[in-house]
Amino acid sequence: METFMKGKFIAAAIILGTLLSLGTQAQAQVKLNGAGATFPYIIYSKWFDLYHKKTGIQFNYQAIGSGGGIRQVTEGTVDFGASDAFLSNKQLSDIKKKRGTAVLHIPTVMGAVVISYNLPSVGSGLRLTPDVLADIFLGKIKMWNDSRIKKINKGKKLPSRAILVVHRSDGSGTTNIFTDYLSKVSKTWNKKVGVGKAVNWPIGLGGKGNDGVAGLVKQTEGAIGYVELAYAVQNKLSYASLKNKAGKYVKPTFKAVSAAAAGFVKDMPSDLRVSIVNAGGKDSYPIAGLTWLLIYQDMKDKRKAKALKDFVTWALDEGESYAEDLYYAPLPKEIVAMCKKQVAKISTK
Amino acid sequence: MNNKTDERAGQQDGSPAARSFSFRGLIRTNPGDFIFENVTRFFAFLVLALVFLMVYEMTVQSLPAIKEFGFGFITSSDWDPVNNLFGALPFIYGTLFSSLGALLLAVPLSVGVAIFLSELAPGWLEQPLSMLVELLAAIPSIVYGLFGIFVMIPWLQSDIQPFLMEEFGWMPLFEGAPYGFGMMAAILILTIMILPIITSISRDVMRSIPNSQREAALALGATRWESIRIVLTGSKSGILSAALLGLGRAVGETMAVTMVIGNSADISVSLLNPAHTMASVLANEFAEATSKLYVSSLIEIALLLFVMTLILNAIARAIVWRMTKRYSTAVA
Repeated sequence: METFMKGKFIAAAIILGTLLSLGTQAQAQVKLNGAGATFPYIIYSKWFDLYHKKTGIQFNYQAIGSGGGIRQVTEGTVDFGASDAFLSNKQLSDIKKKRGTAVLHIPTVMGAVVISYNLPSVGSGLRLTPDVLADIFLGKIKMWNDSRIKKINKGKKLPSRAILVVHRSDGSGTTNIFTDYLSKVSKTWNKKVGVGKAVNWPIGLGGKGNDGVAGLVKQTEGAIGYVELAYAVQNKLSYASLKNKAGKYVKPTFKAVSAAAAGFVKDMPSDLRVSIVNAGGKDSYPIAGLTWLLIYQDMKDKRKAKALKDFVTWALDEGESYAEDLYYAPLPKEIVAMCKKQVAKISTK
Repeated sequence: MNNKTDERAGQQDGSPAARSFSFRGLIRTNPGDFIFENVTRFFAFLVLALVFLMVYEMTVQSLPAIKEFGFGFITSSDWDPVNNLFGALPFIYGTLFSSLGALLLAVPLSVGVAIFLSELAPGWLEQPLSMLVELLAAIPSIVYGLFGIFVMIPWLQSDIQPFLMEEFGWMPLFEGAPYGFGMMAAILILTIMILPIITSISRDVMRSIPNSQREAALALGATRWESIRIVLTGSKSGILSAALLGLGRAVGETMAVTMVIGNSADISVSLLNPAHTMASVLANEFAEATSKLYVSSLIEIALLLFVMTLILNAIARAIVWRMTKRYSTAVA
């Protein structure tokens, strides 16, 4: 019995000690918890690492997907969230009701969705128009040597082969951008399928993740699919030029993506919730999207609020310069300025 | 059998209470026994409580979907997250089709391997071979998925499926295009994955048949095959439970199947077409599901998967009981 008591005492001492040391640690440094989108994970972890080295502020970011990020922000289990799709008015009012504060959308970088295909006889440089692309994904154009594809690809050897459509099987921000685009350019798509992170695909095979889609396309002659720009560049997949709103065929490049965002500056709402697909301007690549940080306007922990505010300001100033090396398109200056106006709203008092 | 022990115990006791004999009466107890008994009881009930907690949580969370779609959830094949329409039929179908298909291939194969290991293989071969079979069970499912994508599917695409389409294309089972990805790939991967569990349990069951039975059969002039048949009859129920354990694994398998099945919520008889399973739709869509009804529908699928496994297990138990009963009366 005596030894038992002794053990208990030691255990209590250990617990107390740990608690105390945790307390002092928490005083020394701020730790920010975030969760959400997988797409910007690479640049975010670079930023978090650099900023940690600079200021000692710690980040814990879980790339669980945009949907998960939105759920966590709604439940209040994280300090900030991240999403490739902006929240609806209803989602925002739900959070306001539950958490008692508004949520700000701060864009950080941009991505583009490229149409990748596997046609050895064509090689790179296939051209596609919005209506042809939509009809391929609707299952209306079934063969590669269809007259409508031939017409826009004069001089290319299109095989008499069935088209295999490949899409994402998992819910994804990339799918959201892609279906958003198809809905804007095709009435039939909008009516039949619509926009979402997961949709009821009319035809095709589903691959899990960007690598799943890329793997299917790479391995199957005659396949066509959509992947993130960064993924296509890194894996040297062949991808198509798309006809944009101005009627020009544009290759997906970082410049063409930034041009798409710049084209939207005039119409950008002040809360920065905007989709930049099918942008005007002759240099714009039409299937592009922003990714946002979701930040509570009024955080309970003011030290955390200040740390997050400083971090986001740093990311928008210095962080953007790392974007292209990591295959993201940086935000145009005009949008950075608009982001800072939003950041200023974060309350630290 | 029981009567005999009864009598012997009674004689040793010499008491009139011998008729109401129970093992408990024989056991000497001390406080340690009391503690031990209750600790183990606690663990046993913990498992029960966990199962109930899971069912409760899943039921509560899937209530919105149950209210919205009712029984139609099981019979509808719409899966349209954009319009908040959900039906689980394609996933239930895909799960049953792929698991039963895998079982159909794996059982004869496993039993064959088990017979070889327990009855025919020489000692120096049996040990390493058994180890290799059990090693198959230790390979993570994602590795099977990668094997499927990079080795099996190109092979199916270029050799197997074109051949099957040419020779058997008139059968609805082999209609379609040779994508490689699809039901056939899923069934083959699952077959490899459930092979080790069925094999090793069947082998153990066969080994537990006493050697005297084999010797008796041989002494009466049976051939080797006939003696193996006697062993097989004796281990029937064991092999069946092994198969059902394998089925359980096939039903719940997620990653490997997701990577090769093509993930398309269609219902088709063809082995060449893409399909979807309950486990893979959960793996695919849960992380990005935002609307309440969407999440709730996914959880209802989880609940259905749980119930399905429960039903399969119950049927399995019932069959095993019936078989053991018939077999033991036959022996008596």
